[in-house]
Amino acid sequence: MQKKVFQLLVDNTSGVLSRISGLFSRRGYNIESITAGVTADPRFTRITIVTSGDDQILEQIEKQVAKLIDIRDIKELKPSESVYRELALIKVRAQAAERQGVISLADIFRANIIDVASDSLIVEMTGDQTKIEAFINLLDGYEILELARTGIAGLCRGTENVTFIN
Amino acid sequence: MIGADAIVRCLEAEGVEVVFGYPGVAICPFYNSILQSDIRTVLIRTEQNAAHAASGMARMTGRPGVCAVTSGPGATNVITGIATAFADSIPLICITGQVNSELLGSDVFQEADITGAVESFVKYSYLVKNAQDIPRIFKEAFYIANSGRKGPVLIDIPIDVQNASVSRYSYPEEVSLRTYKPTVKGHIVQIKKVVKELEKAKRPIICAGGGVLLSEAEKGLRAFSERHKIPVVSTMMGIGVMPTKHPLYYGMVGNNGKPYANRAMNESDLLIMVGARVADRAVSQPDLITQNKVLVHIDVDPAEIGKNAGPTIPLVGDAAHIFEEFLNQEFTCEHEEWLTQLDGYRDTMEKKRTPNPAYVDPAAFITRLSEKMQPDGVYVADVGQNQIWSCGYHVVKEGRFLTSGGMGTMGYSIPAAMGAKLADMTKQVIAVCGDGSFQMSMMELATMQQHHVPVKMIVLKNNYLGMVREYQHYTYKDNYSVVDLSGSPDLEKLSAAYDIPFLRLENMDRVEEVLDRFLAHDESMLLECLIDPMDLVKE
Repeated sequence: MQKKVFQLLVDNTSGVLSRISGLFSRRGYNIESITAGVTADPRFTRITIVTSGDDQILEQIEKQVAKLIDIRDIKELKPSESVYRELALIKVRAQAAERQGVISLADIFRANIIDVASDSLIVEMTGDQTKIEAFINLLDGYEILELARTGIAGLCRGTENVTFIN
Repeated sequence: MIGADAIVRCLEAEGVEVVFGYPGVAICPFYNSILQSDIRTVLIRTEQNAAHAASGMARMTGRPGVCAVTSGPGATNVITGIATAFADSIPLICITGQVNSELLGSDVFQEADITGAVESFVKYSYLVKNAQDIPRIFKEAFYIANSGRKGPVLIDIPIDVQNASVSRYSYPEEVSLRTYKPTVKGHIVQIKKVVKELEKAKRPIICAGGGVLLSEAEKGLRAFSERHKIPVVSTMMGIGVMPTKHPLYYGMVGNNGKPYANRAMNESDLLIMVGARVADRAVSQPDLITQNKVLVHIDVDPAEIGKNAGPTIPLVGDAAHIFEEFLNQEFTCEHEEWLTQLDGYRDTMEKKRTPNPAYVDPAAFITRLSEKMQPDGVYVADVGQNQIWSCGYHVVKEGRFLTSGGMGTMGYSIPAAMGAKLADMTKQVIAVCGDGSFQMSMMELATMQQHHVPVKMIVLKNNYLGMVREYQHYTYKDNYSVVDLSGSPDLEKLSAAYDIPFLRLENMDRVEEVLDRFLAHDESMLLECLIDPMDLVKE
């Protein structure tokens, strides 16, 4: 089993996300995370999928996804040639006495406090998955009330792998 | 002009001659507009068979078959037909009426989310929201259905869109799909690699699947095989790529195939799989086709290559183009001993059946039938024991052999035969089914009478769901469960009710006379053959 990150460029048609997620579920492929958003060209959507499987499954995933009519392009985002980012919002229980501890942890991780209530804080942090997981682990002594993660979005470095569309 | 008129104009522009279907309110605007057209409509008796009939027609014409049904139950009924076509990569255009687009999602009368329901059985689907999009969508749909790896495309059209006015109608000449560009031509580097392997090979073989027929590559394949004396086996869907009695053809592979065909494939040192999925029924142990041999896998769908067996040389492209390119290559390929060896297998490994003389022997009967058929006649096999006997004993001359291979859908043969007949009324078309599969589509006797589509029907009657009975015989030691077909209608009376001539064959004594009468005139006729209920496909 190994993890792979795929980047898809798809036609912005209705139902395209369900076609992709349906393909994964009916063929029994894993989705660890999926993110989608419109590109600079509004005709297209970029999707980042984190998936896992053995070599044969990962090859099939790439081919089966490529086969869907709405898919313009699918490519692997190799860790060495790409950047990945994920955003996490973490609501931590923090009475006045605990507040400073959470804030200094957030500072170290360059995370932002985006909401303060009398007994809780919301921390916003961006980073790759290991950074987010490290931060969550450090919050072990606190009570995490709610956690929302976006799943990763990624791009290749440089201009070599850019897909140009006429 | 309204949306419904535009749909009809699109079908005319695509050269559609027949639409199979069943109306309901949600598709009525379309069925009203089609009255102004020369396109023939055929009222099928249940929607599933509309897709099967369109499939039979598509397989004979090489163009997408078209069916049009109503929303809700009409649309859900057609799903099995769509799934059947999808499994065998048959191009279909399936038009479904839909409730008013403003009511979509509110669970109104006869509403079904059909594009969602067929998602895993279609190559693509559309929900038309604007009547102005109809010409573009139909152009794309016909192109998608019949290019690359072919398959069904569903177009769901709400009734208000069918009734909406279309201000400017023009059918696009070119299709422009940014994201869909199937590979047609095989890569020359890969082709040269195959040639190099063929020069070295001592035991080459080609295994042809349904994709060869879909790309109309059988002539190229035959020419290539004959020029270099390369033996050919086929999958079930590939039956007909070579005449059965061709000296270089060594039968159907698979767990229901010929033992000498499997042996030939397994003992080869170079196997060229073309237009075949390496599916479980054809190749039960994919290891055997990769070990100790070079595996070349040719398919227009790159996802099929490496799915079930890792090839040495993958070759993506359309089989017709690839064989054309192979024929351009000058090389020699010597392997006379191999052919002698395979001829020996073919002569000695055929399993002898022990037929019960009190009944019709399906094997001998089917062989005799195919000998008497017109050389270019179309044989449509259903699903069950009858299918395996048909595959094993039908002798293809220059005609076609149609069956539901991937999905194994019972009841396919009669509607598909009607579609095949409508594709070319001059051809003899024979549907061969069992008494189980016949009862899944016998309502279509009315359709063939109403629309004057003469189909020859043969029912191999053994009063059992024979294939399942055989499985229960071997797996559950004759504990038969829900396979007894008692209560079936008297087929003679049934035929009379539809005013269709009827013949019965009790045993092999009168086979010549009965077959001659059966095949004498181009009219619908039903021939019932009594088969030993205990007869087995695998003795």
